Amino acid sequence: MPEIKVTPLGAGQDVGRSCILVSIGGKNIMLDCGMHMGYNDDRRFPDFSYITQNGRLTDFLDCVIISHFHLDHCGALPYMSEMVGYDGPIYMTHPTKAICPILLEDFRKITVDKKGETNFFTSQMIKDCMKKVIPLNLHQTVQVDDELEIKAYYAGHVLGAAMVHIKVGSESVVYTGDYNMTPDRHLGAAWIDKCRPDILISESTYATTIRDSKRCRERDFLKKVHESIERGGKVLIPVFALGRAQELCILLETFWERMNLKAPIYFSTGLTEKANHYYKLFITWTNQKIRKTFVQRNMFEFKHIKAFDRSYADNPGPMVVFATPGMLHAGQSLQIFKKWAGNEKNMVIMPGYCVQGTIGHKILNGQRKLEMEGRATLDVKLQVEYMSFSAHADAKGIMQLIRMAEPRNMLLVHGEAVKMEFLKGKIEQEFSIDCYMPANGETTTVTTNPSVPVDISLNLLKREMALGGPLPDPKKPRTMHGTLIMKENSLKLVSSEQALKELGLNEHQLRFTCHVQLQDPHSDADTLHRIYTHLKSVLKGYTIQHLPDGTVIVESIVIKVSSSTEDSNTKVLLLSWSYQTLIYNGLLPGG
Amino acid sequence: MAAHLKKRVYEEFSKVVQIPHEETPAKKLRLSKPSKSAALHIDLCKATNSTDALQYLLQFARKPVEAESVEGVVRILLEHYYKETDNSVRLKIASLLGLLSKTQGFSPDCIVDDAINTLSNEKSHQVLAQLLDTLLVIGTQLPESPALRLRLVEVAYKHLSDTYFGVRNKCLQLLGCLGMVDAPVGKENEGPGTSLGGLRDVQSIISDYFGDQDPRVRTAALKAMLQLHERGMKIHQIIYDQACRLLTDDYEQVRSAAVQMVWVLSQLYPESIVPIPSSNEEIRLVDDAFGKISHMVSDGSWMVRVQAAKTLGSMLQVSPHFLEQTLDKKLMSDLRRKRTAHERAKELFASGEFSSGRKWADDAPKEKLDTNTVNLIASGACGAFVHGLEDEMFEVRIAAVEALCHLARSSPSFAEKCLDFLVDMFNDEIEEVRLQSIHVLREISTHITLREDQLDTVLAVLEDSSRDIREALHELLCYTNVSTKECIQLALLELLKNLNKYPTDRNSVWKCLKFLGSRHPTLVLPLVPELLSTHPYFDTPEPDMDDPAYIAVLVLVFNAAKSCPTMPALFSDHTFRHYAYLRDSLSHLVPPLRLPGRKQVYGLDSVDSGPGSGSVESAQLFLQQSLNRVSTIQNLEASGAQDLLDLTIRDLQRLGELQTELAGAADFCATYLRCQLLLMKALQEKLWNMAVPLCLKQNVTATAAAQQILEETYKLEFLYSGLESRQVATIHHVRLQAKALQLVLTSVHTSHCERFLQDVESFQRLFLTELPHLQDSFVDKLLELMPRLSSCKPVELVKILQTTLRQSGLLQLRLPEQIHRATATIIEPTGESDNPLRFTSGLVVALDIDATLEHVQDPQNTVKVQVLYPDGQSHVIHPKPGDFRKPGPHRHRLITQVYLSHTAWTEPSQIEVRLLLAYSSSSTSLTSPSKLGWSESLESLPAAEAAVEGTIPFSKAVKVFIMPKPARR
Repeated sequence: MPEIKVTPLGAGQDVGRSCILVSIGGKNIMLDCGMHMGYNDDRRFPDFSYITQNGRLTDFLDCVIISHFHLDHCGALPYMSEMVGYDGPIYMTHPTKAICPILLEDFRKITVDKKGETNFFTSQMIKDCMKKVIPLNLHQTVQVDDELEIKAYYAGHVLGAAMVHIKVGSESVVYTGDYNMTPDRHLGAAWIDKCRPDILISESTYATTIRDSKRCRERDFLKKVHESIERGGKVLIPVFALGRAQELCILLETFWERMNLKAPIYFSTGLTEKANHYYKLFITWTNQKIRKTFVQRNMFEFKHIKAFDRSYADNPGPMVVFATPGMLHAGQSLQIFKKWAGNEKNMVIMPGYCVQGTIGHKILNGQRKLEMEGRATLDVKLQVEYMSFSAHADAKGIMQLIRMAEPRNMLLVHGEAVKMEFLKGKIEQEFSIDCYMPANGETTTVTTNPSVPVDISLNLLKREMALGGPLPDPKKPRTMHGTLIMKENSLKLVSSEQALKELGLNEHQLRFTCHVQLQDPHSDADTLHRIYTHLKSVLKGYTIQHLPDGTVIVESIVIKVSSSTEDSNTKVLLLSWSYQTLIYNGLLPGG
Repeated sequence: MAAHLKKRVYEEFSKVVQIPHEETPAKKLRLSKPSKSAALHIDLCKATNSTDALQYLLQFARKPVEAESVEGVVRILLEHYYKETDNSVRLKIASLLGLLSKTQGFSPDCIVDDAINTLSNEKSHQVLAQLLDTLLVIGTQLPESPALRLRLVEVAYKHLSDTYFGVRNKCLQLLGCLGMVDAPVGKENEGPGTSLGGLRDVQSIISDYFGDQDPRVRTAALKAMLQLHERGMKIHQIIYDQACRLLTDDYEQVRSAAVQMVWVLSQLYPESIVPIPSSNEEIRLVDDAFGKISHMVSDGSWMVRVQAAKTLGSMLQVSPHFLEQTLDKKLMSDLRRKRTAHERAKELFASGEFSSGRKWADDAPKEKLDTNTVNLIASGACGAFVHGLEDEMFEVRIAAVEALCHLARSSPSFAEKCLDFLVDMFNDEIEEVRLQSIHVLREISTHITLREDQLDTVLAVLEDSSRDIREALHELLCYTNVSTKECIQLALLELLKNLNKYPTDRNSVWKCLKFLGSRHPTLVLPLVPELLSTHPYFDTPEPDMDDPAYIAVLVLVFNAAKSCPTMPALFSDHTFRHYAYLRDSLSHLVPPLRLPGRKQVYGLDSVDSGPGSGSVESAQLFLQQSLNRVSTIQNLEASGAQDLLDLTIRDLQRLGELQTELAGAADFCATYLRCQLLLMKALQEKLWNMAVPLCLKQNVTATAAAQQILEETYKLEFLYSGLESRQVATIHHVRLQAKALQLVLTSVHTSHCERFLQDVESFQRLFLTELPHLQDSFVDKLLELMPRLSSCKPVELVKILQTTLRQSGLLQLRLPEQIHRATATIIEPTGESDNPLRFTSGLVVALDIDATLEHVQDPQNTVKVQVLYPDGQSHVIHPKPGDFRKPGPHRHRLITQVYLSHTAWTEPSQIEVRLLLAYSSSSTSLTSPSKLGWSESLESLPAAEAAVEGTIPFSKAVKVFIMPKPARR
């Protein structure tokens, strides 16, 4: 039986470093090529030597598909393509292709320029890598080669995030990347058609969470900001540059617009401006509201949000500032935080999760005195708020996607093992399909039951259709007569005459005969006549003929009578019928 | 070159030879102008190939056919049909047959046989489908013939097994539209041999096609079933399971139709019990259906989601237990139970700690959940609305909000529960959704009392920059119940803030506070000292009476005081004074109060407050009496009659002012009587008996009177709504009199006379039914003399008119039931501003106009804005249809911008802005144009009264100071 093999090189029972190998119908595909944020050594990148010890990756991989621009999904791409060596096609959506190099460059700068690492990919390598990228459109079927085709579906999550449907023959796999089933202020919800893949590879970051409605969170957030501004306070929102930041910007921008607020909103500059540019361009990838109104006004043309300058932090009066990084561990957000921490009118809103050890984590846990470098302490008087804005599907969302796609098997990646276990149980229980959760380097094999296409001649099909009932009922399989011819690589179903002709064979007919002995004193002809009348009385509704040449024909069965050579009273009845599928029950009289 | 030319000449020449040959039949046709059928026949005969034939048919289809010749045309078409080999032509013919059988006055039963015959010989599937469609048209045209129906249904059965989906579709449609409602259709006459066999009814046959391989056929089957239901057939309950299965179909249109089907069945058999698969339990069918449709709210296709969300709203019989599940979304985090923000807010409120800052991890997960109890894909109605309200498409969200509204109105407990969700929707990104949810909350607000934290969220929207939202919210607050005095304070505070930010909301805010006060007198009472900032010992400074915020507070307090007699004791002196002032200036906002110890001063007020329902009747009576009195006018002397009319008009006008309910009727009567008075005066000029051209002076006044009467009649006709044709006839009658007067006065010209006679004729035509009521009137007499009039000379005509006018008496006015005068009030601009609107000359400046219109029918087409410049220039601006909103019945609101421009002025000056009601008399002519069949017949009508178009100013003019500055070079 044909098999599909899935091997995670990263993201198997783990978050980060997404990299999954899929072998389907003799094709090898790499899904995502990410890096791990938590490591600075070799574990940072997936272990590409797993694929090939020596020899180029190009020979082993048919294509690489990147789902979206987050570094844990594309961070290792230049390393793989330029340093390990891969020249095959790389597929990603247009927005991903546009934004991905910005993030990679930023990542490179931090690692090489700030941390001083050597043996890292260069700017040129990023450029070269991007040259190998083939952009994808939504719902566009791209033929990678004669047999392998891929198609992208909208995934929400971040701008340009896509789910991919990979198909070889009748076998198919869907990889979701990261996705979001609830729409937000700038992106829509993930959607896929009922494509019934053999395996659905889904992320499961929030496998054990069901989230509250988005509206409550938004309302809370806006209310907090609004109140603080009205008090004359300053609001600091530490964010990571892309994704959530844009959502919050839109949220605040529209709120400012609606409520006619005048306080300035600033966005600390950096890569954001470049990225915002792309957000403006890729309107088709955003949600309904932005898509419908962009002709009047592009929502990403912020009216109230201006670029931040360091000196603005000391300006009097209320203001809102978005600053990077998101965990308050360094950079501009920390500087501003230090300035504003002393005033209880001010507020800091943490829109995401904070890693242990960062200032963000400390203040969220209620610490009011912070130790800074150089023995200085900082009194935290400002209000600290936490708002979770996350764009991953929660447990319900994952189930909803499964219901949409109706896969035959399920495979979970990009999540913690314990949580996956729970979801796995639920999936198996609700949908009664198999669910796998391989660890990194562990291969899952799924046997498939592909349908084999067979050509059939139109005449035969029509003839057979006409034979049956009034209408072909699709839910019931129908039997038909024909001959299957396997020639070279093709299968053909033809009528038997045609098959004989094609193969140059003679037709053989199979006839069954049997002798029945009867004790009957009458002459042969009389006996036959008696049999004829008897049959006529017994078998109503059948055509029974008495032919002049001394035979009785019941439908297609021939009956002949001859006297036995030994005893003229013993008559031998010869019954003969050809091979037929239809059997007439009770045709033979009791003798 | 020459050779080339020569060749071309020959070419052209050879063509010339051919053309006359072809043209001959065409020419003949034009000369003889035969009937349509003959023309078509010739056309079709001429057609050499199928494309030509198709062209002819297409041209033919554009023109209408009279009922008499339809049959002939059909015969010819059928004849060609049999001859035709091309599928597309046959298809077109088939569709034409259907079109023709729709012709009014033609009974299609004569072509049924032919149509059915053609079916049996047809090979092309497309044509077959089209023929069936034609049969469907014929069948629906003849609902009274069961035999025909039976035949058509038989035909449908026969073709149901066709391999082409279109044919099956049409057959199902036929069955749905024509299948017998009363009795199951027997197939006995065809013998038991057929595969359908036995006694099968339409439903089971249609339901067989629920499993068809083509999604379009499945949809058609469901639609046919729904059609049967609409026609009154009771759908069997067996269908329910089949329909439920189709809810998971791969195709959205099937799912969408299945949702409808399931809904229909849930309404038919709400109480029957269905088993839950995979368990032994059983539930009511309506609950089961509700659960299933709830599931569809998270469907992949948004069309289905909209359908499902809408449908949920109409399932009112569902058990409360199920209903409440739709709002349920069990939260968890890392497998621990979490409380929703709503629950937390409620708890916070209950513990008395309101609006504390959010603490980190206050949403920390609580108890650990048993993994087995967590139901991820909820099998019931779980969270349907939670999903629907969060949907990506605003269409779905709106549908969900509406559904919530319907359900909440029928279930108070559900209303309570869905409150939080609706309040959340106030924050939607699309204004339409926000607005809709505010409206919904208003509709269900009788069921609910807002908690303080909820009110807080609601009030936050008051700062919205959209006027519609704010006004909707004010409206909502008018109907809201709140629980504590803090809520009142909060609401007042926010409303004042709103007033401060958007001063234009003044009226709306005051109105809102009026209702807030009268609804919660006991909650306002403890707040009064604070609100009025009175102090037990010290005199506080008197607040500024013109401050809108202070007025707002007073409106709240006074309205509360109306039903709380102890409150006035808390007022200080100036409050009483302010009361007196406000009661007079803003009487619609400040109710009459019984103030202790001041009765003698304000006694009049309390008497004034008297007019209840009883006085309306007495006023009505008074109105009727005055009208009756007027009818005796004939018996009076001329001067006495005039006095009486004068008096009555005055009375009526005063009545209109006093009794707002009757203002329309009183005004109407007064205007009518004024017309009569004018007419009377004009006719009673002393010198009237002289030769007309001699007395120029009288002539002038009488002409003016005639002109004025004409104008007044237009006002009467178009400014008042609720008129019956009787009144319209009376008005037209007066107008006719005025025209006669004009004719007598002006000149004697044949064309004038002709026009007048036409007017009389059209009057007769229009008010044929009313003529008996007009006995002894001017027109009655005129019509008697009509034969003479139409032949006589203009001079004679004038003479006759003169005498008839003088002899004819006053036509008694009968009062219609409900009559309202269209009014308009310009709220904005107020005309009070002393600051001129400055702009550069030659450029435009936008002036915001905000006006309320009452009792205006079809304001989109009739209401115009007129701008009058000091130099006499005037512009009429048509507001966009979108600028009109409809906040209530008979009420419209016009919020628009008009663009002003002018050349430079040396100093600011005032322009006038007013609203006009445009009318055109042709639009109200009582014969509806729809009655006249084909367009040709319209032309044959004599150009009746030439449409008189004009405008009536119906609002007070507002003056706006503007100053166009010369452009700077």
